[in-house]
Amino acid sequence: MCAAPDQSVSLPAGTDLSKETVLAGRVVAGGEPVGGAFVRLLDGTGEFTAEVVASASGDFRFFAAPGTWTLRALSRSGNGESVLTAEAPGLHQTQVSVA
Amino acid sequence: MSREDVLVSADWAEKNIGTDGIVFLEVDEDTAAYDGGHLAGAVKINWTTELQDAVRRDIVDAEQFGALLSAKGVGNDDTVVLYGGNNNWFAAYAYWQFKLYGHADVKLLDGGRKKWELDGRPLTTDVVERTPTTYTAKPADTSIRAFRDEVVEAIGSKNLVDVRSPDEFSGKILAPAHLPQEQSQRPGHIPGAINIPWSKAANEDGTFKSDEDLAKLYGDEGFDGSRSTIAYCRIGERSSHTWVVLHELLGHGDVKNYDGSWTEYGSLIGVPIELGARS
Repeated sequence: MCAAPDQSVSLPAGTDLSKETVLAGRVVAGGEPVGGAFVRLLDGTGEFTAEVVASASGDFRFFAAPGTWTLRALSRSGNGESVLTAEAPGLHQTQVSVA
Repeated sequence: MSREDVLVSADWAEKNIGTDGIVFLEVDEDTAAYDGGHLAGAVKINWTTELQDAVRRDIVDAEQFGALLSAKGVGNDDTVVLYGGNNNWFAAYAYWQFKLYGHADVKLLDGGRKKWELDGRPLTTDVVERTPTTYTAKPADTSIRAFRDEVVEAIGSKNLVDVRSPDEFSGKILAPAHLPQEQSQRPGHIPGAINIPWSKAANEDGTFKSDEDLAKLYGDEGFDGSRSTIAYCRIGERSSHTWVVLHELLGHGDVKNYDGSWTEYGSLIGVPIELGARS
């Protein structure tokens, strides 16, 4: 796994990162961004919580709560997942590799 | 109803694009998704501006629904195939409205945009124009729509199925995790509701689980098939997905969708609210 990707995360105006727990990241295959992947947020028990479509640059974000989360991506390039632990509100980033 | 009356497969859809009398309509949560590519010949419906009244908080009435379909070039005798993103949430919401206003032949594309895209099937950005029709909607069939007073009365007597995520049910969060958590109404759920998230009814690719798996799922979660049922979520779209499962696929008789859902119930003065995970 790489370190958290260096990227600017666009958040809606008024997002208060002292209260919101934002999970954000990028879907990649072989180091290249994968646009349009379906990214599923699963809670600590593996239960589905939400799903978004990654942007053309592979970026995604969720508004969640502190806890341990699995980010699972489905794409034409394959599927993959990554675990992210958010201990407190704020911006938490990860990368999901699909193959 | 049987599964074949309700769902069409992606294969079927691809073969029937362009067939006279079959109209594909795309309804997405992300109202810009259609513009980035859609099924050939499919017409877009914007759920925020076309399926809801622009002023009052309500779905469109029969007259507005008829005017919408007339403008979109949909006839009363057409077979309508609905599909969309996010596991068909808003396509299911539109499906429920087509049933509410008495459209004879309406179906959902199983898996919606997600399966279509994962399969690598063709999408186009071509502009679609259909000749306007004169569509007449039937009066609303309120046997499939629940309002707040009957929801309160149903506590302790009907199945109340809360189809939101466990964290929304328990009161930990107020909205699905891909949306900002800015709502100000009270968190929690209707007392006695059982929490069967809509997502349990869907496979990872967005298709519905088999009838056998669905029957087992609801049975295992304490759904009593001998009782009447009201399904709800936050704004009524995920509960439309579950309404399709319970009423259309599993054939339970008295199942209503409460489209006011938690954004209405959780803002009412004086109604009972329960907090915490399912006991």
